[in-house]
Amino acid sequence: MSSDILDEITQSEYKYGFTTNIDTEIIPPGINEDIIRLISSKKNEPEWLLNFRLKAYRHWLTMKMPTWAHLKIPPIDFQKISYYAAPRKKSPKSMYEIDPELIKTFEKLGIPLEEQKVLTGMAVDAIMDSISVKTTFQENLSELGIIFCSISEAIKHHPDLVQKYLGSVVPYSDNFFASLNSAVFSDGSFVYIPKGVRCPMELSSYFRINANNTGQFERTLIIADQDSYVSYLEGCTAPMRDENQLHAAVVEIVVLKNAEVKYSTVQNWYPGDKEGKGGVFNFVTKRGICKEENAKLSWAQVETGSAITWKYPSCILQGDSSSAEFYSVAVTNHYQQADTGTKMIHIGKNTHSHILSKGISAGYGQNSYRGLVQMSKNADNARNYSQCDSLLLGDKCGAHTFPYMDVSNESAIVEHEATTSKISEDQIFYCNQRGISTENAIGLIVNGYAKEVINKLPMEFAVEAQKLLQITLEGSIG
Amino acid sequence: MLEIRNLYANINGKEILKGVNLTVKAGEVHAIMGPNGGGKSTLALAIVGYPGVEVTKGEIIFDGKNLLEISPEDRSHEGIFLSFQNPVEIPGVSMVNFLRTALNEHRKYKNLEPLSAADFLRLMREKKELVEMDNKLTNRSVNEGFSGGEKKRNEIFQMAMLEPRLAILDETDSGLDIDALRIVANGVNKLKRPDNSIIVITHYQRLLDYIVPDYVHIFYDGRIVKTGDKTLAAELEEKGYDWIKKELEEKELQY
Repeated sequence: MSSDILDEITQSEYKYGFTTNIDTEIIPPGINEDIIRLISSKKNEPEWLLNFRLKAYRHWLTMKMPTWAHLKIPPIDFQKISYYAAPRKKSPKSMYEIDPELIKTFEKLGIPLEEQKVLTGMAVDAIMDSISVKTTFQENLSELGIIFCSISEAIKHHPDLVQKYLGSVVPYSDNFFASLNSAVFSDGSFVYIPKGVRCPMELSSYFRINANNTGQFERTLIIADQDSYVSYLEGCTAPMRDENQLHAAVVEIVVLKNAEVKYSTVQNWYPGDKEGKGGVFNFVTKRGICKEENAKLSWAQVETGSAITWKYPSCILQGDSSSAEFYSVAVTNHYQQADTGTKMIHIGKNTHSHILSKGISAGYGQNSYRGLVQMSKNADNARNYSQCDSLLLGDKCGAHTFPYMDVSNESAIVEHEATTSKISEDQIFYCNQRGISTENAIGLIVNGYAKEVINKLPMEFAVEAQKLLQITLEGSIG
Repeated sequence: MLEIRNLYANINGKEILKGVNLTVKAGEVHAIMGPNGGGKSTLALAIVGYPGVEVTKGEIIFDGKNLLEISPEDRSHEGIFLSFQNPVEIPGVSMVNFLRTALNEHRKYKNLEPLSAADFLRLMREKKELVEMDNKLTNRSVNEGFSGGEKKRNEIFQMAMLEPRLAILDETDSGLDIDALRIVANGVNKLKRPDNSIIVITHYQRLLDYIVPDYVHIFYDGRIVKTGDKTLAAELEEKGYDWIKKELEEKELQY
């Protein structure tokens, strides 16, 4: 059968590839103890945090980049990266103090920073390169005792909370990239939901890399106290550049008794061009802990961007009867590579976890699911159900599944299902014959395939994610 | 309306169509009959622009437009519909979503606004009755888990939704029991209008008892070898295809 029909679709450009011209303070490239001290002093940090950074750095020096993932990673010269870049103006108090260029930038990205322009019930922490530009609705939220601010502010104003929980879920020695992040992290979001409070709006962070030759190392810390609830969203984009940019974030989530946290990501870092040139290297450590009984954590992610994605949002189910979910759609097109999945560590009794992973590979993309389900000795009656599906578009891409299971409790039940399917040209033609263009046909089929995951996203995000899936896959099949 | 002139086409390099000529005027019903492997389905696929069929020579003109220069989806927008012999399953895509996307792309082509959800559902309900289509089926994914007969019925339901000007029914009768056949044929007849046309591809006379053709063509070895009125179908049923083959051989001997 001729495959021209799928080859011929026009290519669409990455929509967020523009650069903002803004006076940026960038420290010289390279990493050493002086650089770390410099970052820490720029942020006027307390001694304990500098020590945390230095400990992490010294540990990082003893580590090697992990090579176990199903990824081809070109060598990264960590001395060539600049670890701190900040738009020149300081974090402002009122709207009028933000550089208009920055407001324009975020508006272009669909993130209005003026509260009166925001229609949906969503508070945003906007982060450009190394610093938080603005956090909206802070005052409204603080009336309920909710703290939503940049992590830099939290270090200043809520040091006890930060010190208590920072590194408690992802220790500074956890892995190569987490150690690097612990040493040089610059900004990120901080959330604290007090006891018994249901956060009335979606909280969201928007990450933007702008400056050249810099890495972004943000750190997010979310604490949901007993009987509280929050839904948190994260989005990200970067300009189109020929060289690769490094993004190594750490997200830590602490869920206490009867509390629930939903964490949704739409990851749209610049994926590189059609030939695989440029793009963001996304090495992220995300982990939550259901620390007490009945705690609930849910990860939902739509990963469409980045040249390389390496991330495994995980959950430690420590509290009895706690539960965790992981819903993921990961797309690789052209020369993108993704090695993503989750770890569910069951420690408490009657703990439940559910994994649903949907991989979509197109072009020369390589997509791997990697997951660990661990049932510890005391995890009586723990249950896990995993489903990993792969969808292939074309015959030059790859899909791989690496499920690991480690069961030390006889009453625990672990189930795993996997499928692989392919969009056929006959399906596309059937749609064409009914008047549906090839782009829309792929959109329909892919969104149909991914809808179980997309339905888990908050409404506005779900619509965005659907469009993104379609755009990402335009011109994808060869 | 449709004018096919001296059409040659290959599949995988093998010549299947060898000089097809066919003229279909508005309001007419044409039946194409003939033995298996003769190229009837290839002709249907060539008309709708299936990429696996490579046209090497000849023309297909629809309403004055050269179809060979038009994309498959635009051929659909121009009003050409194929009821597939083996409709493909599309898991995960609901019938509702599928048809709404299709219908709205048709409307966009005609510079019409998309149908509102309410209007669309009303239209769907109305057309479902036409082919006595079960609600259960339209709530499922496109053709997924449908029986052979349900798939065929679904094709005619889609035809009703899209209101084509030229419908090609490729062995729509195969796999249907006699009741389903009657329902499907009645559906097709209700969709008949003076300004639209139908090409019925079939092996058997029985569908033509319901959908009465103005012309019957016999298709053999890549082209139309004989054309007559509806009595030709009955004659064929009676005498079998060998009769045609013999007649052709005799003709060749005369040259």
